[in-house]
Amino acid sequence: MKVVVDMNKCQDHGQCVFAAPDVFSMDDDGHLLYVSDPDDALRDEVEEAADVCPLQAIRIED
Amino acid sequence: MVVVGASMAGLRAAEQLRAAGWTGAVTVVGDEPHMPYNRPPLSKEVLAGKAAFDSLAFTPKGSTADVEWRLGTKAVAARLDERAIDLDDGSTLSYDGLVAATGMRPRRLRCPGPQTGRHTVRTLTDARGLRDELTRPGVRVVVVGAGFIGCEVAATAVALGVTEVTVVDPLPLPMVGPLGELLAGALLRRHEERGVRFALGTAVAGFEGGDRVTGVVLGDGTVLPADVVVESVGSVANVEWLDGNGLDVGDGVLTDEWLRVGGRAEVVAVGDVARFPNARYDGVPRRVEHWSIPADTAKHAAKSLAAHLAGREGELAPFAPLPTFWSDQHDFRLQSFGAPVLGIDDVRVLDGDPDGDVLVGYHVGERLVGVVALGGHAVATKAARYRAELLKQPALTVQGASK
Ligand SMILES: Cc1cc2nc3c(=O)[nH]c(=O)nc-3n(C[C@H](O)[C@H](O)[C@H](O)COP(=O)(O)OP(=O)(O)OC[C@H]3O[C@@H](n4cnc5c(N)ncnc54)[C@H](O)[C@@H]3O)c2cc1C
Repeated sequence: MKVVVDMNKCQDHGQCVFAAPDVFSMDDDGHLLYVSDPDDALRDEVEEAADVCPLQAIRIED
Repeated sequence: MVVVGASMAGLRAAEQLRAAGWTGAVTVVGDEPHMPYNRPPLSKEVLAGKAAFDSLAFTPKGSTADVEWRLGTKAVAARLDERAIDLDDGSTLSYDGLVAATGMRPRRLRCPGPQTGRHTVRTLTDARGLRDELTRPGVRVVVVGAGFIGCEVAATAVALGVTEVTVVDPLPLPMVGPLGELLAGALLRRHEERGVRFALGTAVAGFEGGDRVTGVVLGDGTVLPADVVVESVGSVANVEWLDGNGLDVGDGVLTDEWLRVGGRAEVVAVGDVARFPNARYDGVPRRVEHWSIPADTAKHAAKSLAAHLAGREGELAPFAPLPTFWSDQHDFRLQSFGAPVLGIDDVRVLDGDPDGDVLVGYHVGERLVGVVALGGHAVATKAARYRAELLKQPALTVQGASK
């Protein structure tokens, strides 16, 4: 599974971090960091993260 | 399955019905001509011209590929005893399960005066019309209502270069109802520093002008010159289509803790229109107009419908979402977790100070019921750390609270 975040859209809301903490995190300045090729076992979490992104900036590519 | 309302809550309901195992037909009826789209940017990025109108559409999931979308079609009546919905094109849909997802519409001011030049912001069409007007040179804007949409629109107008923006509200501070005085005062100062004017503690008595608005008349007789008026004075639930079924639709659709409507296991309500008890708090049913609620309610309601249709009653935990809310205004963000309004009489600064980045906690006794951050990224991240704290708090029971 490949995760793509449109960093032009992302506004660091951090909702994805709650939904998929193994894939998304925030640095100390509150900016998003993420793993772009997470294990497929995390698919449900990542889908949830994509749903809860206020900017709808997260895409999953197979 | 019939879902009435084709916006975020309707879309999430369709997706969650599939996720909950429903493989039968799903029809979503929506009176707007568009596929579901994201509303928050309508008062922010899209109104400011930083994002295109066509960037708002949600990306539908593969699981909903066979959902039938009846767009531009309004549900006009529900006959719940017969399990049928009448549409404005004269057709009728029958159902095994029904999802009410019809959301809200803006409340309008009932004041004398011209209509032209008066706007609300709820739909794509509204935002397009308002953007065209805000980008006219030299335009003077009056925003009626200092709630979150009013404050966002005022900030966006300033960002667009409008030099005369005035916000009118009968209350003494912006957003004081949901936030309390400490943050509302901090918010007022920030807006004023960035060029927004306020006329607070005063209501609108009427509008001046011939065909088109030229001014807003306040209660004390003062007239604020205005070419554009934005009315952001709250919203009204779209429930008329449910009339005649003996339901409590006084303020949205009343549900139980499984989001079921009128004691019927085959009818649920989701999103802004649902008035549900939250087991995390005091058991009093409330509508919650936050962006996170359509997804939360859809998930719970879909499970409740799927369980009923599969004959597995009573296996669900009561609904207990942690509300979260944000609002972007100028260069700062409000970020809220929990239910601050329940603890509005005991607000304490947790971090920072009200003139800079600040994080405040709302309490009932010693129990933390909500946190709100105001400022830049760093403080919003700090607020997020309290989210786990809020999730750990035991359920709040208030003496004398009635269901
Ligand atoms: C301008 C704006 C900015 C916002 N900003 C934020 C923010 O920054 N943060 C935040 O947390 N929340 C924000 N929100 C709130 C959030 O967008 C809403 O909570 C969310 O859109 C609710 O979705 P919904 O699907 O329940 O209702 P709605 O989006 O209102 O959708 C209901 C749909 O049902 C349709 N409908 C109504 N009656 C019928 C009928 N009889 N037949 C068929 N269709 C019908 C309506 O036309 C509409 O398309 C904002 C809302 C607005 C309007």
